[in-house]
Amino acid sequence: MSLYKVKVFSRFERFWHWTQALLIFTLLFSGFGIHGFFRSLGFEKLVWAHVIAALSLIVLWVFAIFWHLTTGNWRHYLPTTRGLFRVARYYAWDIFKGADHPYKKRFWHKHNPLQALSYLGLKVGLFPVLWITGLAYLSYGFWAQGPVTASVLQWVAVIHTLFAFFMAAFVIIHVYLLTTGHSLKEHLMPMISGYDEVELTDAEKAYLEEDEPGRIA
Amino acid sequence: MADNNKFVRVVGRRAALLVVAGLLALPAMAGQVAGDNGASASRIELGIQEYDVTAKKRPVDKSVVRLGEKPEDASTTDHSKLEELQGPFSSGPEVTRACLKCHNKAGDQFIKNKHWTWKYHNPRTGQDLGKSVLVNNFCTNAAGNEGMCAQCHAGYGLTDSRTYDFTNQENIDCLVCHDSTGTYYKLPPTRGNKACSIMFEGKPPIDFTRVAQSVTLPGRNNCGACHFYGGGGDNVKHGDLSSALFKPTRDVDIHMAEKGENFSCIICHVGEGHEWSGSRYAPTVRDTAKTKPGLPRKTATCVSCHGDEPHPASLMGVKLNDHTDRVACPTCHVPSFARGGVATKIHWDWRTAGKLKNGEGYREEGYIQGNGEPRHTYKSIKGNFKYGENVKPIYRWFNGTEIYTTVHDKFDPSKPVEINHLEGGPDDPDSRIWPFKRMVTIQPYDKGNNTLVYMHLWGDDPDAFWGNYKFDRAIAHGMADFKLPYSGEYGFVETWSYWPIVHMVAPKEKALECQACHQQNGRLAGLKGFYMPGRDHNAWIDRLGVFIVLATLLGVLGHGLLRILLGRRRKAQ
Repeated sequence: MSLYKVKVFSRFERFWHWTQALLIFTLLFSGFGIHGFFRSLGFEKLVWAHVIAALSLIVLWVFAIFWHLTTGNWRHYLPTTRGLFRVARYYAWDIFKGADHPYKKRFWHKHNPLQALSYLGLKVGLFPVLWITGLAYLSYGFWAQGPVTASVLQWVAVIHTLFAFFMAAFVIIHVYLLTTGHSLKEHLMPMISGYDEVELTDAEKAYLEEDEPGRIA
Repeated sequence: MADNNKFVRVVGRRAALLVVAGLLALPAMAGQVAGDNGASASRIELGIQEYDVTAKKRPVDKSVVRLGEKPEDASTTDHSKLEELQGPFSSGPEVTRACLKCHNKAGDQFIKNKHWTWKYHNPRTGQDLGKSVLVNNFCTNAAGNEGMCAQCHAGYGLTDSRTYDFTNQENIDCLVCHDSTGTYYKLPPTRGNKACSIMFEGKPPIDFTRVAQSVTLPGRNNCGACHFYGGGGDNVKHGDLSSALFKPTRDVDIHMAEKGENFSCIICHVGEGHEWSGSRYAPTVRDTAKTKPGLPRKTATCVSCHGDEPHPASLMGVKLNDHTDRVACPTCHVPSFARGGVATKIHWDWRTAGKLKNGEGYREEGYIQGNGEPRHTYKSIKGNFKYGENVKPIYRWFNGTEIYTTVHDKFDPSKPVEINHLEGGPDDPDSRIWPFKRMVTIQPYDKGNNTLVYMHLWGDDPDAFWGNYKFDRAIAHGMADFKLPYSGEYGFVETWSYWPIVHMVAPKEKALECQACHQQNGRLAGLKGFYMPGRDHNAWIDRLGVFIVLATLLGVLGHGLLRILLGRRRKAQ
């Protein structure tokens, strides 16, 4: 096994990531505006931006889910305890001693175990709660009739808001972790160019050279 | 003849008084001219000159009285050619007799109408209401003051509702609603105190024959002659019904604008057989008939024509349609009332009534309204007033049930008394949020019994307040007239009355924006008990959320700082 520059993020994946990033920033900004943290722009425009961004994001997710399932890329997010503790210890301790990151990216495990677990939590926890409550919020006129609206809507709003705060916290950690490598560029470039250093088995190397020569530099 | 002589004598005496008063007032008037530029300049007039508005020549409108027809096409009969209407007529009842000869069911129909009976029994609350019994917080009571108030009774000669013959159809006033010349007018049925005589002077005689031949379906000027002047003057009472609606612009009223739909009142206030929709005592707040424009309907709500999904099928339209189950149309579509340059009274203080100059009542102008006309801010006969224009309504949950405080109901005078308490709330599926004008008045009440009182305001006797200015006598007389208990001691209590704001619908581009309500200090800030996006927060969730975000931020900053510091130390080593 040795390190190769391999295209780990396909064009769709990069498009998905950056579009999602843009939409999430739009949603956070407009959402907290709607919530009343600031009053510029006004409720109407903010709701408009929020709804358009949310519906766009949902469409994007539909495509992303389809892509994950059909390409097998869902496997990157399978949780594992193997190496999890070492990665956790690295961020909590070894990083301060200047140690190298303990995880070497592999072709079918491009995320370290902690990363994979976080993204899995994001995808099956945070995102679904936000969009289910968000859709419920948006469509409450259809499902909630009469006075029940008032109290149920409040709980929908409370959960949606709470998870929006979690989302903001995720964005902060996610952006901060960009700085933990050897350089910001080293962490950022793969999501721009698509290429990252990955440990390949001989079989994987042979496969890429034979069937997907463009993916290996 | 004897009556006429007396009238001339009274007028003569009044003229002499006016000359004296004028001479006395000369120095004051000289000062007045200099200070006449600003809106605060006030002019003082002596005497009682009230309620001549219904006797003024009104601008006649050619408004649409049937949907889909031009105004002039509406009738199949040219009344001016009818033999029966060739006259000559010299009085109202004579004309009515002629009307009823052909319209032989109209009389039976009309004597059941509130415009005639001045009575309404509310089946929902069991209360007996109507002008003949209610106390309001303007001139307080028509009961006992019919001699003046009944100028807006759709009949002739109502001077006392206790003895009036409500079955005599010849006394129905057909002309006040059906005249199309604009020359027909009504005066108070009796002349009141001698100080009031000036308001009866100089009125041109009515050409009854011409008026009778002019009859049509009612235009805005017919309904408006009374309804725009409720409470004793232009837009005094309702706030959304003023003389600005005789010929309104688009911005003032999208439905009645001459350069728009040019609707008459009866386009919305539909009815048949002299009974029409739009009760204010028991309003229909939710029309569930699901009619469409042009289909027959029996109610005067917005939804009756526009449906309950009136906004276009767009993302925004769907969201707006979402609101109609909880928010009444005028809440957004009547952004303010008393638009178009005519002010409405918003505050009335009876306590100052009765001040005199040279032994005579007077009135003072202190407010110039949008159309340039002055309004009175003090009248000896009524007290002090405040006016408002382009007023933001107040908003209340309302399900159509109003509980009135009648002259029989006891209350706690330490709190404002609600003349008409509005029922409803967020948990009531029949309630929606409606806009209201709230009239605030400080008016006399029976201090011993904690009830409202009838005042004897109008009359040529020593008790009538208008002319004698004595509350104790006016109240004692007013209560005794109706055999009501009166402790003999009066005080003043703050009263509130609510007037639904539904007219003066603005063009859609002037409807309220979302953020008018969806913000923390928006128009609905005062309505509690339900969650509204943009206005409401769960404080604990906000605290928790901000804590989570801040803790995360501090965490990563600390983590980063530690990495930098330890990295430097390693390099140094």
